[in-house]
Amino acid sequence: MTMSLQNPLLKVENLSHYYGDQIGCENINFDIYNGEVLGVVGESGSGKTTLLKLISGLLCPNAGSVAFDTRIEGLRDIYKMSEPERRLLMRTDWGIVYQNPKDGLRMNVSAGANIGERLMAIGNRNYANIRSDSSDWLEKVEMDLERMDHFPETFSGGMLQRLQIARNLITKPRLVFMDEPTSGLDVSVQARLLDLVRGLVSKLGIACVIVSHDLGVMRLLSHRLMVMKSGKVVEQGLTDQVLDDPQDPYTQLLVSSILPV
Amino acid sequence: MTASSQNKNTNGSMENPEILEGYNFAYLDDQTKRMIRRAILKAVAIPGYQVPFGSREMPLPFGWGTGGIQVTASIIGQDDILKVIDQGSDDTTNAVNIRNFFGKTAGVDTTEKTNKATVIQTRHRIPETPLSKDQILVYQVPIPEPLRWLEHRETETRKMHALAEYGVMHVGLYENIAHYGRVTTSYDYPVQVDDRYIMSPSPIPKFDNPKMDKMPALQLFGAGREKRIYAVPPFTKVKSLDFDDHPFTIESWEESCALCGSSNSFLDEVITDDEGTRMFVCSDSNFCKEQIEKLTNAPLLQNGDGS
Ligand SMILES: Nc1ncnc2c1ncn2[C@@H]1O[C@H](COP(=O)(O)OP(=O)(O)OP(=O)(O)O)[C@@H](O)[C@H]1O
Ligand SMILES: [Mg+2]
Ligand SMILES: [Zn+2]
Repeated sequence: MTMSLQNPLLKVENLSHYYGDQIGCENINFDIYNGEVLGVVGESGSGKTTLLKLISGLLCPNAGSVAFDTRIEGLRDIYKMSEPERRLLMRTDWGIVYQNPKDGLRMNVSAGANIGERLMAIGNRNYANIRSDSSDWLEKVEMDLERMDHFPETFSGGMLQRLQIARNLITKPRLVFMDEPTSGLDVSVQARLLDLVRGLVSKLGIACVIVSHDLGVMRLLSHRLMVMKSGKVVEQGLTDQVLDDPQDPYTQLLVSSILPV
Repeated sequence: MTASSQNKNTNGSMENPEILEGYNFAYLDDQTKRMIRRAILKAVAIPGYQVPFGSREMPLPFGWGTGGIQVTASIIGQDDILKVIDQGSDDTTNAVNIRNFFGKTAGVDTTEKTNKATVIQTRHRIPETPLSKDQILVYQVPIPEPLRWLEHRETETRKMHALAEYGVMHVGLYENIAHYGRVTTSYDYPVQVDDRYIMSPSPIPKFDNPKMDKMPALQLFGAGREKRIYAVPPFTKVKSLDFDDHPFTIESWEESCALCGSSNSFLDEVITDDEGTRMFVCSDSNFCKEQIEKLTNAPLLQNGDGS
């Protein structure tokens, strides 16, 4: 892939964050282009979630910058925007799928309301339109239309993640962040969900940053892979290259399954 | 009602001769009143915005209108005439107690007549008789935050107000329509004030919401337990939230009031005997009384001036 002519969608430079003396992540650099899926792997505590929060506007970094290619003004540092601008981006051009669906859903309202919320948040005031868009999205994440008015409490783990995905994708975001979207799910449920994510992402041309422990997930979904250890990136490149011919000794251990991830 | 212990004058107002010794006028100390007045001024300057204030202990438990009482105590003057209603009625224990409280601590005149009052403290209703620009309506508010059911974090609700991030308010309406085919919220129906702040109108029936819009009287809201004051200045736009294809509507009744025959007031269903016989009567007891008086006086007037 040659995308050098294009501007990156997200440009991360020298990004660092510390929790007191503790390194969250340190000196991270990468670009993401439209439609590209970037995987982030690493052992527990290596800084994956910290990085995801930093680049999705949820945690202000101690150093470095995160720039997003805004529709009107091009690349802009998201932490130099005003808060309303950043929050508007978060509910239009971005999506965030949380590891724990309870963090990403309203558990006290129906599936349809969860999916339609972003439409209402950006000013849609026609009930019938909101309802029909929501049910379209329920179908796109391969859920029964009967579930439209049911509460999330009655849903399985896999269904909750589908609901989160529909809720995020309904505004056609350009960039979606997912933190371990399939962890805690049965293997067969995982596989179907991964297929769904892969299908939607490629069909809609959405760029995606996916954090996972699971190299199998990465092999399936991500175009590029970033390996983290102790808050630093030890290796990044095309997924197949990194997995088939790892250069860094730590990645070599990971790939050879000597280290549990 | 303790009318027997009070003298009704010709205006229908009641004078309270027995002022309690040893209390400041209207109970609150001057410093507290100044603090509350500052909060009220700020609230009036930013329509619909909830202003925090240092709510005081009152000789009534929270939930008995301590927020409204503190607002009333801070704005009432010697010459004011106070009306207190609870669910539309002047006669309930709560209304009587609050009226007596101000009778005894401020010595102000009180009345049941809506058009005679200069200050009206209310719980759960707006009078049917339209209010004028010389009047102030003080609401008792239990839960001031309209976003609370969606978001329990105070820091977040404040931010949502500050950034006018209100789209999620419609999630509640959506949910209602999805489950019941229409918006079933009938009390405390959220409004947007002056095209800006979303506000909880306190648990008045949505029937009363349209009265808030461009009301000539100043509307003040006091929440004692939650320590918030907010306001709608006179003649300010107040809009009830809705969807384009599910517009806001108010309650209506097949029946008319069984006592006064009114067909455009808010009706309460009351059970009149042990057999469960029901009838509908005005919730605004003073309005109902006045309608009955008008009916009985009408023929006389017609004969009198020939018009
Ligand atoms: N809120 C916090 N306060 C203090 N330290 C934190 C905080 N959050 C994370 N850390 C520390 O920062 C480091 C990176 O944590 P992070 O959660 O980003 O790791 P992770 O790669 O997502 O791990 P996991 O795979 O277990 O989710 C860890 O050492 C962690 O203990
Ligand atoms: Mg994590
Ligand atoms: Zn009546």
